[in-house]
Amino acid sequence: MPIPHRKFDALIIGAGGAGLNAALRLASADLRVAVVSKVFPTRSHTVAAQGGVNAALANVLPDNWHWHMFDTVKGSDYLGDQDAIEYMCREAIPTVYELEHAGVPFSRLDNGKIYQRAFGGQSQDFGGDQAARTCAAADRTGHAILHTLYQQNVRARTHFFDEYFAVDLIRDEEGVAIGALTLDIETGEPLVIEAKSTLLATGGNGQVFRTTTNAFINTGDGMAMALRAGVPLQDMEFYQFHPTGVAGKGMLITEGARGEGGFLVNADGERFMERYAPRALDLASRDVVSRSMVTEIREGRGCGPNKDHVLLKLDHLGADVVHHRLPGISDICRVFLGIDPAKDAIPVFPTAHYAMGGIPTDRNARVVAPARHGPEEVVPGLYAAGECACVSVHGANRLGGNSLLDILVFGRAAGTDILRYVAENPNHRPMRDADIEPALARLQRWERTGDGDSVHAVKAELRKLMEDHCGVFRDHETMAAGVEKLNALRARVEDVRLQDHSKVFNTARIEALELDNLVDVGMATLMSALHREESRGAHSRVDFPERDDERWMRHSLYARDGDRMDFKPVRTKPLTVESFPPKARVY
Amino acid sequence: MKISVYRYHPETDTKPRMQTFEVEERPGMMLREALLEIKAQDETFAFRHSCGEGVCGSDGMNVNGKNMLACVTLVADLKQPIEVRPFPGRPVIRDLVVDMTQFYEQYRNVQPYLVRKDPLPEQEILQSPEERDKLDGLYECILCGCCSTACPSFWWNPDKFHGPAALLQSWRFLADSRDQATDERLDALEGPYKLFRCHTIMNCVEVCPKGLNPTKAIGQIKDLMLEKSV
Repeated sequence: MPIPHRKFDALIIGAGGAGLNAALRLASADLRVAVVSKVFPTRSHTVAAQGGVNAALANVLPDNWHWHMFDTVKGSDYLGDQDAIEYMCREAIPTVYELEHAGVPFSRLDNGKIYQRAFGGQSQDFGGDQAARTCAAADRTGHAILHTLYQQNVRARTHFFDEYFAVDLIRDEEGVAIGALTLDIETGEPLVIEAKSTLLATGGNGQVFRTTTNAFINTGDGMAMALRAGVPLQDMEFYQFHPTGVAGKGMLITEGARGEGGFLVNADGERFMERYAPRALDLASRDVVSRSMVTEIREGRGCGPNKDHVLLKLDHLGADVVHHRLPGISDICRVFLGIDPAKDAIPVFPTAHYAMGGIPTDRNARVVAPARHGPEEVVPGLYAAGECACVSVHGANRLGGNSLLDILVFGRAAGTDILRYVAENPNHRPMRDADIEPALARLQRWERTGDGDSVHAVKAELRKLMEDHCGVFRDHETMAAGVEKLNALRARVEDVRLQDHSKVFNTARIEALELDNLVDVGMATLMSALHREESRGAHSRVDFPERDDERWMRHSLYARDGDRMDFKPVRTKPLTVESFPPKARVY
Repeated sequence: MKISVYRYHPETDTKPRMQTFEVEERPGMMLREALLEIKAQDETFAFRHSCGEGVCGSDGMNVNGKNMLACVTLVADLKQPIEVRPFPGRPVIRDLVVDMTQFYEQYRNVQPYLVRKDPLPEQEILQSPEERDKLDGLYECILCGCCSTACPSFWWNPDKFHGPAALLQSWRFLADSRDQATDERLDALEGPYKLFRCHTIMNCVEVCPKGLNPTKAIGQIKDLMLEKSV
């Protein structure tokens, strides 16, 4: 039976904040837009973001977008592209007002304005006193934003394909993105969606690590689709370990807990961040705090019977602040630890959290890849936004509160540019059966029957491997061994078999397709990390402890074909202001 | 530990059955983890889940007769053998996966979005902390469906009665000082079913994993209607 086709002006894969903000822009402009999501939209992982979204509104303390830009460039360890960072920090202000107008229930100050809290790496006046830049809806800001965006899309009558899994992009002979092959999870039937433009907004890949703040669905689907379509991934070695995941379990405890005045202590009860970041203390950048924690534990000052974590103290803040400003983490502590954070300290450990790297794009969210005329040629019709993309605004280390900002600003930018692109390219390009073949082959590969390893077992092995060989501190020997093991694992995936070949709501098949994606992004991460011989931001090499701007102030590009590494320069020139030259990074 | 789960596969089964699995209990184990162990033993077992911390709302199910989220339910708190079934009153797609289409339709039916008629200010629409506090206990809904699928009125009239989850959202916007569609919202709730099929049985309050109170919200809508009519 032939596979059914549907045609839309724009196809958006992923229904988190980036996808929904793009969809809203397009549906409001009367484009025919299809949003494909493997879960019902409000289940997307944006829902779990806690602390808030950065914008220099200056509601609490003096602020302006230029200071926000400085902090973001410094936080990125000078690897972020300064044109994109300037754009994001300027756009932050109207973006947050737009969200508020759309209905987001932000917490409020006595004067009725949006509540803002202090977050890590924020300063006034280019590195001066602590700023308060993070706009918050208690500690459920992601939930509040995602639900509001979904609600506005309901108003705009966006067309949703809920519980459809995107198998692969479809590109024509000339390499133009013309849609995707999807799988209706409920029926198990394939569906081709033809589109004049396609946006990847599939989020992160935290499931590649064993202990992670990320949800089960965060399997790097869009990143792997890009790789298979011949687009390299950028800066994948930069993976953020959030300082405060619940030790051994992984649930996120927002940086807002420290923003509200909480701090970390070691087994001696010492506030150890005083030694590592004398000025910013517990609100130093995440990479700095995570390294400090691991160093404390390695030097024997960890807490608990196994000395394997440190403690986050909030008890001095008072029950009112803890329960009113941080109700979500109070719930998490009660449910998963049986404690009240207003009374008891929380055991925490750096936990895999966020990919700074991803699909390379320009600041209009257009995917760019090396081609004939240079390293940043636009791939026609293809867009990426949110955690799966690398603009790059986060460089080597993302600041807390900048990821909700990233998804909103660049989701919207994608929508705006897609409007232009569709106006200039009003016709669907022809799709031949041969264009669909590679995507179909990927689906059919999992129909092979017989004995073999299970998806579950291989996935568990992969996640352990990545945790052991590509963690907070890295060195050549450990990573080279990791690459070797991962090569062997990748070869074994060929022999993995599904036992369940049924059609209706076959989650085993979805997990198998996700395993393919995890293996691809895992290899991108490890290969990129092995090649970068310096320490910058979240990438800490014990064997190369210094930042090396001369050799390494450049973006990495990993291509799946032959596991090739390539590089391209950092865009150091902002749009309108002076460039921030690299400096030693102290907090 | 023994866990008995509901199994139904439309391609092979003519009727549903219960199947018991043996799972090793660990300290602090959540029901979702136990179900994942079952999935590792038998990959044909299907259920929805994602965040694992009670915010995405995917893994609502009926456990020992009560609707709850598997990821925030300690197995140690459950009477054994644990019996896990899909939400009651919804068509079963497969195993614990139910068709939630009507639930989402009812949500979309209450205009679940802020309506503003005045020109928008350049900055935020001002709202006092006291006005904002009125949204607490309303906006936190995760659309898991535990409440509506525990509601006898929704079981009988899922096509006509909005159900507790949707009505909680209706009140969330009526209670928002920024919203300017009060009359339209109230008018749309007229009639014997949409709102008034609630008979304050309060199953919704008992099962909400976020501790929200849809029955109270429904009462507040009714009060506001009364106030507006006099």
